[in-house]
Amino acid sequence: MDWIYEPWPWYVSGAAIALVMLLLILAGKNFGMSSNLRTLCTMCGADRSAALFRFDWASQKWNLLVVVGAVIGGFIAANFMTPDAAVAIHPDTVARLQSLGFDSAGAAYLPDELFSVEQFTNPKSMVLLALGGLLVGFGARYAGGCTSGHAISGLSNLQWPSLVAVLGFFAGGMIMIYFLYPIIF
Amino acid sequence: MRSVLYLLIGVFFGITMFKSEAASWFRIYEMFRFDAFHMYGIIGTAVGLGVLIVWAIKKFNIRSFYGEAIVFPPKDKSIPRYAIGGLIFGLGWALAGACPGPIFTLAGAGFLPILVVFLGAMLGTFLYGLLREKLPH
Repeated sequence: MDWIYEPWPWYVSGAAIALVMLLLILAGKNFGMSSNLRTLCTMCGADRSAALFRFDWASQKWNLLVVVGAVIGGFIAANFMTPDAAVAIHPDTVARLQSLGFDSAGAAYLPDELFSVEQFTNPKSMVLLALGGLLVGFGARYAGGCTSGHAISGLSNLQWPSLVAVLGFFAGGMIMIYFLYPIIF
Repeated sequence: MRSVLYLLIGVFFGITMFKSEAASWFRIYEMFRFDAFHMYGIIGTAVGLGVLIVWAIKKFNIRSFYGEAIVFPPKDKSIPRYAIGGLIFGLGWALAGACPGPIFTLAGAGFLPILVVFLGAMLGTFLYGLLREKLPH
C-alpha cells in the first residue's frame, strides 16, 4: 500500500479523472467545476445585478456537494496520504524557476514565494493571486467552462467548441509563461 | 442518499487532484513549458477514456443510476467566446497555477493564500456577468 503515499502516475490520475466524470454522468449530472463559481455568486446576491445569475441555484446543490467533497479530499490527501509533498518537476523547470526567484522549486507542492502564509503581507503576491483568480473566473464563464467542462467533458463528447477553448487555454498559458513571467517575476 | 454520493465523488476528485499533482502550481508551469509528459499523460488518459465512456453510453443507451435518459447537451457553436474566453482563462491558469477544481482542493489542503485566488475567481465570474451583453460571443 506504499504506492498510495507516492505521487500517482499519470495513467492512474487520468483514469481516476475519467472515473469521476463517468460517475457524475451515471448520476445524471455533468463534470464541470467552474459553474460552481456562478452558483456561489448567485447565493451571494449577484442575481440582483446581472441576468447571468438569475437561475434556480438549488438545482446546482449537487455540484456544491462535489465542491465540499473536493475540499475534504484535499485535506485528506495533504494530511494523511502525502508524507513528502515536494513535486519532482523536471530539473530544467527547477533551474528556470530558480532563475526567476522561485527558490522552492523542486522542494514544495506550491511555491512558497506565492502560497506561504507570509505572502498575506506581501502586496505583490496578493495582487498576482487575485489577478490570476480574476482571469480564471472571468475566462471560465466567458468560455462556458474550464478544464473539467471543456478539456475533459467537452473533448470526450467530441465538441469542437471545446477544442477551441482548450487551444485558447494553452495560448493564454504560454503567453503568460513565455512573455509575461519575465516581466512580472 | 444522493447527497452522500455527490460528496463522495467530490472527495475522490479532491484526492485525485492532489495526488496527481495536477493541483500543483509547479506542474502547470512545467506543462506550459513542455518540460515533462506528466500533465499531458493525465489529460490524454482522461480524454481517451472519456471518449470511450461517452461513446459507449450513447451506443448502448445506458441510463443513469436513477433510470433517467442520459443527455449530452451540445456546446453552442461559435468561435469568439471560446477563443477569447479560453485565452483569458489560460492567462489566469498559468499565473495562479490552479484551475477551479484544484482551487477547492488546495483550500482543503491548507494553502490559505489560495483563498485570494478563490475570491478573485468569484469577482471575475461576477464581472463577466455584468459585462456579458457587451462582449462578443
